[in-house]
Amino acid sequence: MTDKLMTEADVVGELQSGMTIGIGGWGSRRKPMSLVRAILRSDLSDLTLVTFGGPDAGLLLAAKKVRRLVFGFVSLDSIALEPHYRAARQAGAVEVTELDEGMLQWGLYAAACRLPFLPTRVGLGSDLLRFNTDLRTVRSPYGDGEELVAVPALRLDAALVHLNRADARGNAQYLGPDPYFDDLYCMAADRAYVSCERVIPTAELTAAAPVQTLRIQRWMVHGVVEAPHGAHFTSCDPDYGRDESFQREYAKAATDPTAWAAFTDRYLSLDEAGYQAAVAARAGVAA
Amino acid sequence: MTGDASRAEVCVVACAEAWRGDGEILASPIGLIPMIAARLARATFAPDLLLSDGEAMLGAGTWAIGEAPPVIEGWLPYRMVFDVLYSGRRHVMMGPSQIDRNGNMNISAIGSYERPSVALLGVRGAPGNTVNHPTSYWVPRHGTRSFVSTVDMVSGIGYDRAAAAGAAASRYHELRVVVSNLGVFDFATPDHRMRLRSVHPGVTVDEVRVATGFELVVDGEAPTTRLPTAEELELIRTIIDPRDTRSAEVPG
Repeated sequence: MTDKLMTEADVVGELQSGMTIGIGGWGSRRKPMSLVRAILRSDLSDLTLVTFGGPDAGLLLAAKKVRRLVFGFVSLDSIALEPHYRAARQAGAVEVTELDEGMLQWGLYAAACRLPFLPTRVGLGSDLLRFNTDLRTVRSPYGDGEELVAVPALRLDAALVHLNRADARGNAQYLGPDPYFDDLYCMAADRAYVSCERVIPTAELTAAAPVQTLRIQRWMVHGVVEAPHGAHFTSCDPDYGRDESFQREYAKAATDPTAWAAFTDRYLSLDEAGYQAAVAARAGVAA
Repeated sequence: MTGDASRAEVCVVACAEAWRGDGEILASPIGLIPMIAARLARATFAPDLLLSDGEAMLGAGTWAIGEAPPVIEGWLPYRMVFDVLYSGRRHVMMGPSQIDRNGNMNISAIGSYERPSVALLGVRGAPGNTVNHPTSYWVPRHGTRSFVSTVDMVSGIGYDRAAAAGAAASRYHELRVVVSNLGVFDFATPDHRMRLRSVHPGVTVDEVRVATGFELVVDGEAPTTRLPTAEELELIRTIIDPRDTRSAEVPG
């Protein structure tokens, strides 16, 4: 029985500058934020980030950890535009591979299937083909002869996802309404790391929830991190919703360098326990 | 017929009309007015539409903006939206930041792509939507910054791009209708250039022309967009948008 339990620091210790890293979740939903925060505290740099982007992209861009962003959108959901993403794009500070959301899924699935590409109509005629100069089309070998976009596999060096529950071996479970694309990220990656709200014995995984919630299987997973509130401030239903008040504070601070320095000082310069304590203290003041 | 409908209510009904006759498909409204509109369409003349709660559920019945559907009839996580999209059984209404006479639209970046003056959301699903199933658009502020001669980044493709990209792109491409706060537009012209279908009550054709950054096709006298029926107004005002969030998006 392989116990794969590790800490955020252990995960970051297995990553290297220049790697291609996929981050699960969607927008400002169930993002592995404690792992993102650990990357912020590290000396990792020049990352290629693959994401249905939310504050994971914003924070890593603000910390200048990202050389290239592979994305379909970056949004905070309840706040449509991510301020750090906007700033980075408008400064020309990050290389981008912009894809349709469906192409991003296809690229992860191609990587998961160990295929070089998957064909699709998606992207035909659009400026995605103009700006992504390495995107190619492929002609159907069958009678229709259709010319389609060949979405290249998005092979990841590492995937980071956050689930509600997991066991120590890497079987992991989502309890909210949407699995997002987390299993695809794990299968597309050489090494997948699952953080979760609680690590529980295997038998308990199906005690209170149907087996279909076990979307992540241990063969996909290299490491498991127990990270209570690890998705904060993004949502992790049903354990907790998005911290809208904190997200507003984040987004407001992100538009002003002085405010952002103060935000960094107050929340991001601390270790994960310090971060969670600062968040709890903030909530206490608010209540 | 009701003469006291607000502009927002006229726009809701004009957007709802986009889904008339669509049958049993997924209606995907992006934004407030389209969302009210899709719920209105299903509650009245398009009862077979499927509607999501904006998260991962398909809801039955009619429910208010900001609330949850009374009955869940299905599960639609994000990945399944793509399955429906590829099947063609979907009609989306998106909100372009820029749109041109051929129906090309942009939600990615304004200005140069490498260093945009305004970075927007990103293309999201626009490239895939437009080559897989009917797509309509809603523009709350019709002006020369939204109705432009050339869009800066073609995210959703128009008729010229679909034709140029070949059969795989044009096979399922269909831009149904564009609704703005001034009027209703379609592409029912021989070369698929945008045509003024109707002006909203109180709007003149000249106003629309001046607010449009390209030459619109206008066939003779443009008719006036229909007013909401009494039943539609009742549904909008008491069931779907009782808190009147619509008038903040479209004043007047």
